[in-house]
Amino acid sequence: MAEETEPATGDAQAVVGTRSVDIVVYLMLLAFAALLGFDNWRTGMSWEADGPQAGYFPFYLSLLLGAASLYGLVYKLLMERGPGETFVTGEQLRRVMQVFVPTLLFCVFMQWLGLYVASFLLIAGFMWLVGRIALWKALVTGFLFSLIMFITFDIAFDVIMPKGPLEAAFGY
Amino acid sequence: MEAFGLLLQGFSVLLTFKTLSFMIVGLVLGIFVGVLPGLGGPNGVAILLPLTFTMDPTTAIVMLSCIYWGALFGGAITSILFNIPGEAWSVATTFDGYPMAQQGQAAEALTAAFTSSFIGSLVAVLLITFLAPGIASFALQFGPPEFFAVYLLTFCSFVGLGREDKHKTIISMTLGFLLAGIGLDTVSGQLRMTFGWDELLRGINFLVAVIGLFGISEILLTMEERLALRGHAASISLRVVLNVWKDLPRYWMTLLRSSAIGCWLGITPGGAIAASFMGYNLAKRFSNDPEGFGKGKIEGVFAPETAAHASGTSALLPMLALGIPGSGTAAILLGGLLVWGLNPGPLLFVEHKDFVWGLIASMYLGNVVGLVMVLTTVPIFAAILRVPFSAIAPMIVVSCAIGAFAIQNAMFDVWLMLVFGVVGYVFKKLNIPLAPFTLALVLGNRAESSFRLSMIGSGGDLRVFWSNWLVGTITTLALILLFWPLISQAFGRVSRLWRPAAVIRTPHN
Repeated sequence: MAEETEPATGDAQAVVGTRSVDIVVYLMLLAFAALLGFDNWRTGMSWEADGPQAGYFPFYLSLLLGAASLYGLVYKLLMERGPGETFVTGEQLRRVMQVFVPTLLFCVFMQWLGLYVASFLLIAGFMWLVGRIALWKALVTGFLFSLIMFITFDIAFDVIMPKGPLEAAFGY
Repeated sequence: MEAFGLLLQGFSVLLTFKTLSFMIVGLVLGIFVGVLPGLGGPNGVAILLPLTFTMDPTTAIVMLSCIYWGALFGGAITSILFNIPGEAWSVATTFDGYPMAQQGQAAEALTAAFTSSFIGSLVAVLLITFLAPGIASFALQFGPPEFFAVYLLTFCSFVGLGREDKHKTIISMTLGFLLAGIGLDTVSGQLRMTFGWDELLRGINFLVAVIGLFGISEILLTMEERLALRGHAASISLRVVLNVWKDLPRYWMTLLRSSAIGCWLGITPGGAIAASFMGYNLAKRFSNDPEGFGKGKIEGVFAPETAAHASGTSALLPMLALGIPGSGTAAILLGGLLVWGLNPGPLLFVEHKDFVWGLIASMYLGNVVGLVMVLTTVPIFAAILRVPFSAIAPMIVVSCAIGAFAIQNAMFDVWLMLVFGVVGYVFKKLNIPLAPFTLALVLGNRAESSFRLSMIGSGGDLRVFWSNWLVGTITTLALILLFWPLISQAFGRVSRLWRPAAVIRTPHN
């Protein structure tokens, strides 16, 4: 799958061009198509008397995915030369990371601390550190939001969220 | 008038205190979601879906569809007051809506937008009321080959008629199909593409993918652009509303034209965005004063809003009658129906009459209540946009995580959502369309099993797709649409062969 592909470097003008990202994404899609194609070939991709086997559809779909990616790759490499447009500038990438990294940490914390504590930390931390909003406002907002979510989901609607030591201390 | 009686029955299902209050909650949440930058109809419905898991299906779907109406109304607020389209189909509304707000006519523009949304939806709901039962009972004769042909038509029209690069549409679509195929194969019972990974046995949930692709990626994009929210204040007085409504009959032609365009494009998949632009352009072309468009002409708000909402609503018609969603949000509503064990399609009209007609009745009621609500509460919702984005962004992230987790109670899904968020961000920046992906992910398994069931039925003979006039017509139409760009090119070449002759002849005259 297409994960973050661009290396994070300082605040330079353009960190990476659309052309390079395009090429990397096509290569990844190609690899993904090859992987799935192989797996489906192993499952069985032939046509039996009563129709296709389990791997038949996905196998040809991976071929199609591979072909479309290959077309895109070749087109990019041969037809569109030169630096091209900017995919993301240093400044933009910094801002995207400002929200991506906290989100990642939030997911990690969610496993240990439970959703509500993690959401309090995310909201308060984000407002204070990234938004530069007064600490007390950030803390109050984070607390109120988490509390409202807890009441809405866990109590009112019976949608059970992962919980951590804090909730356990209160008997939930 | 069998439909009318059933509709009244639907209203009686609806008119309980509990359902009505959930309807209003849904509308408020929906407007909220529509107003917030970085969220829109599809995300809103996907994120709020878990709220409805413990309700009975009718209440749940009424609340969900009200979230959808609310989001449609809310999108207009941001387009007009802040020049930020909440949804892609609100883009055309900004052309004249925002200039009107700049000239101090925000209240008129908003009233026009809400009213025309209401009219557009109403026309589409009328269409659904009288057409859907007929289509559904016709489709009751469908067997697997017919269904596969209809699915084929849906996908081919995406490839053939989409504006994006063809290979990008194909990449998006095949990726959706492949991810839909992960897990247990329902026909043979074999495992596919799981690579021995237990978490993948359940397959990749459609809603988790949607929350990541639209919700998380939108937050990343909004953050990247660093939206500076500077908007106009507005409150709507009764006098303004009446003034706009008084002028309404003058624009009947625009309203009618846009409704018709909207309904038509809504039923064919992926149409809402095209509908709003087409409604706008046609209104401009047929206007006495085409120059005035783009400078704050009220007709320029009427035209795209009516078309967008007519198409947004009529997208539910094929979803209910055939089980094929006409838009991203309709696809998510379909995902919701599956969660409650309701299988959208022709049988729904037979087996769950109460549910279907309750839903259709809620479309009428939701639109009326929604119209009154947005007209009276605009100042409150416009104020939301003054809340700093750094407070809203983490709250949206938390809501996304709650939504993704609640669907199957799995932490794995939260990680999956994050991966899809990054994929969505990269894809959007590379102009790889996400709509074919969404559609393939939700329909992939049904399309495949209907194909394989047809093959089992026919003993592996592909000619089954041309075995009677109905399935044959649909299949042929699908293939024509798939190769439409080539066909229209060929037509162009043929007509160019004729034209030079005409050009040569003219100088002599």
